[in-house]
Amino acid sequence: MTEFNTTGTSASELIRNSAAQLAEKLAAREVSAVEVTQAHLDRIAAVDGGDRGVHAFLHVNTEEALAVAAEVDTIRAAGGAAAEELHALAGVPIAVKDLIVTIGQPTTAGSKILEGWRSPYDATVVKKLRAAKMPILGKTNLDEFAMGSSTEHSAFGPTRNPWDLDRIPGGSGGGSAAAVAAFEAPLALGTDTGGSIRQPGAVTGTVGVKPTYGGVSRYGAIAMASSLDQIGPVSRTVLDSALLHQVIGGHDPFDSTSLPDPLADLVAAARIGNIEGMKIGIIKELHGEGYQAGVENRFNESLELLKQAGAEIVEVSCPNFKYALGAYYLIMPSEASSNLAKFDGVRYGLRVLPEDAPMTIERVMGATRAAGFGDEVKRRIILGTYALSAGYYDAYYGSAQKVRTLIQRDFEAAFAKADVLVSPTAPTTAFKLGEKLDDPLAMYLNDVATIPANMAGVPGLSLPGGLADEDGLPVGIQLLAPAREDARLYRVGAVLESLLEAKWGGPILASAPSLTELVTSHGGSR
Amino acid sequence: MSDAILTFDEAMEKYDPVLGFEVHVELNTKTKMFSSAPNVFGDEPNTNVNEVDLGMPGVLPVLNKTAVESSIKIGLALNCKIAENCRFARKNYFYPDTPKNFQTSQYDEPIAYDGYLDIELSDGTVFRVEIERAHMEEDAGKLTHMGGSAGRIQGADYSLVDYNRAGVPLVEIVTKPIQGAGSRAPELAKAYVAAVREIVKNLGVSDARMERGNVRCDANVSLRPHGRERFGIRSETKNVNSLRAVEHAVRYEIQRHAAVLDSGEPVVQETRHWHEDTRTTTSGRAKSDADDYRYFPEPDLVPVVASREWVEELRATLPEPPAERRKRLQSDWGYSDLEFRDVVNAGVMDEIEETIAAGATASVARKWWMGEIVGRAKNADVDPGQLGVAPATIVELNKMVEDGKINNKMATEVLDGVLAGEGTPAEIVEKRGLAVVSDDGPLLEAIDAALAAQPDVANKIRGGKVQAIGAIVGGVMKATRGQADAGRVRELILEKLGVEG
Repeated sequence: MTEFNTTGTSASELIRNSAAQLAEKLAAREVSAVEVTQAHLDRIAAVDGGDRGVHAFLHVNTEEALAVAAEVDTIRAAGGAAAEELHALAGVPIAVKDLIVTIGQPTTAGSKILEGWRSPYDATVVKKLRAAKMPILGKTNLDEFAMGSSTEHSAFGPTRNPWDLDRIPGGSGGGSAAAVAAFEAPLALGTDTGGSIRQPGAVTGTVGVKPTYGGVSRYGAIAMASSLDQIGPVSRTVLDSALLHQVIGGHDPFDSTSLPDPLADLVAAARIGNIEGMKIGIIKELHGEGYQAGVENRFNESLELLKQAGAEIVEVSCPNFKYALGAYYLIMPSEASSNLAKFDGVRYGLRVLPEDAPMTIERVMGATRAAGFGDEVKRRIILGTYALSAGYYDAYYGSAQKVRTLIQRDFEAAFAKADVLVSPTAPTTAFKLGEKLDDPLAMYLNDVATIPANMAGVPGLSLPGGLADEDGLPVGIQLLAPAREDARLYRVGAVLESLLEAKWGGPILASAPSLTELVTSHGGSR
Repeated sequence: MSDAILTFDEAMEKYDPVLGFEVHVELNTKTKMFSSAPNVFGDEPNTNVNEVDLGMPGVLPVLNKTAVESSIKIGLALNCKIAENCRFARKNYFYPDTPKNFQTSQYDEPIAYDGYLDIELSDGTVFRVEIERAHMEEDAGKLTHMGGSAGRIQGADYSLVDYNRAGVPLVEIVTKPIQGAGSRAPELAKAYVAAVREIVKNLGVSDARMERGNVRCDANVSLRPHGRERFGIRSETKNVNSLRAVEHAVRYEIQRHAAVLDSGEPVVQETRHWHEDTRTTTSGRAKSDADDYRYFPEPDLVPVVASREWVEELRATLPEPPAERRKRLQSDWGYSDLEFRDVVNAGVMDEIEETIAAGATASVARKWWMGEIVGRAKNADVDPGQLGVAPATIVELNKMVEDGKINNKMATEVLDGVLAGEGTPAEIVEKRGLAVVSDDGPLLEAIDAALAAQPDVANKIRGGKVQAIGAIVGGVMKATRGQADAGRVRELILEKLGVEG
């Protein structure tokens, strides 16, 4: 079992427990949910704010989180049936990406255009968290409308990477990954359209899972690209992601694209502890040239460990993956251009009036969108509007859909040879804040290895594969499985994780610098 | 500035009209097309809405299965093929009545396609209108433009929006170009829309009330010189929302197009607004085929799969087709061919059926609708069903006459009172003091006086010439200022004179 520290229960030690460990301690009443929640709120107050703070959170939900924790403690103290029926993760706090709507807290999508808006409804996943009585610590930072790979496109300033505060935490879900990496939360929810859970996981040394498309309800996740978006878990261990996935997964009648299948026992899969005889496929096109040497080394090391564990390593070729990025940057902006049309200042959020007459509805919409959206959002809306235009549709959106089919066929052929595929999650470790901000194409290339899974709807998991030799920063290893076979990711992921921990002498995150020394904290939280 | 027009006859002499219709039918499902909010007309604005209808961030649509069933039924009734697989698309455009700034609508994959509808014209001939498709979509909200001019968005001070209608399920029925109607084009237009309305009403899938916008018609008109194959440029007159208006709008557009073509100018491809008051159209928005709605398949919905078994199950539930229904009704009601055709042409078949269902006999229902209401509707320039006479009113009026409380003359007066909004028939009788004098005392006095005034007539009656009684009855009616029950007066006279009627 993964431990980031000893079995201690002091506040500073509590936060280093995994969700599974916290669940055990809560069930055994070694600690109270209020203590656990308060410890994380204190950590947020200590490292998140200020000029050099991590800035993982856009909103901290102190009162409500403590109230839910207190309720769990009351139920446990009373004992009886109600205590028996408590969910295993009851009282284990969680952070939620601010793309997912919540009653009682702001939801901004990292954008100025939702200023002042409060959701009148909870996302389905949030309802499930509430039903499990998991205290919601707050809402985490992201690139505006999840558009970016660094959180630098957040309208509320970037999140910093807990490994190096001058580096990006990945994106779009940099806030969720950084919160978990910085021990501000044991668990978080992310959304992954082209890698927004997995790439931040890779560069922050955390675990992130993009479930099979349709495996987790999207109801209440503010849509970027409907056919690609998927909500998934962020954690420090593979088992923790499985535990959270088990809470949020399953069919939802409010999401027509949600799979009708009953959810597999993912937690059991994470506990199998054996991958003997499984076939693991290396995707020829997703490593080597264009990948940082330290990333490539850690990747090869993981292959060696999988082989040692009894897996058979095979090479597969996915020749159409080279078109994935191009096709993604047609489909995603096309859908986004339509999904973001609703933000017009008419019904909710920001409304900006034009400075001069005439005061027409078109001009109010225009002024609102000009002021409310950031550059990257505008860039993608323009791109998508163009790609869907009459006369261009077939050449752009139509062709991109064909590429999508080809990518699905590549996956089918690959999964005929292998049970699980493996690649580096991202081509590089965390880059410096500002480094790629002026070069959208370089930014987009970060997602080259994660995008194919979204294009085909297959599940993917990223776990820390060690530190790169050249910069000492975390490297992510990505596992991919066929649609509906998310359990395989947890089975293989947990085995690889334990082998890597043995090799590195403990969890990768244990070697992250102590933030309290780095953050010139002004205390308090947003 | 009003447009120049030719007379209809001149237009017909020179040009051949081609028509096309897009009829929007609002389905009467309990909930909306993609949300669980109630589909109810006439409630307080913005009360029948939830986060989905308002296009809140994060919401997703869920297709209403009953709406799909209703759409398939409409398709089957229009003799269409039903797609085994079809999808929705997004029609993207910015307008404040559309909460998402796109409309979720079927585009290139309609649920029903390639059908036809046989339309019986007033002279009994049957005209086949080919249906291109019937597709599902959602309605938009309702905008009310305040201040400014003529209730249009341009120049309004501000606009109010009611999203109760946003997301109401619609089926849009699109015809293929209708050629060969000639001078019967306006009549065909009206008859086609009436037929569609009748179908959806009989299917029970729509309340089919045009005055509430349950059935709305966009009428496309173009003209071409006789003998030319290529179509002329069309105009699309939007939201023509009564049967009479459909007829008038098509007639007007034919006359207007003819004048434009005669002047040597091209017809502008545009939408036109129909004005009921002036019975003219005015220019709306320029519309070209290049309007770019950036359609793409709706990624938040899965394809609609209509299995053949399901379609056949639904086919088995279809009510009798209108032509058969007409035959049955005519036979049930015992109307002659001519009587029945007049009823159909007057557009009161459904109304008569409802009146009979409310308790009237077939002949009473026909007497009222054809004898009283159709004429009044014509004078008021509305469809008879929209005049505001409820079947129950007719039953009530007729019962008053049969009970001798009022006579026929009074009954028409009461009907006018009902139409003027003075209240129920009973209230109007009371208010206007219209009760028939039924107390025999004052009648007997009046009869005595009338007999005394015309002794020779009284003698004729005594002598067996009963038909002479009219003069005495007339005298009594005059004396009672029409308030007496003529039948009772006659009985009393005969009784008094000891003659058998």
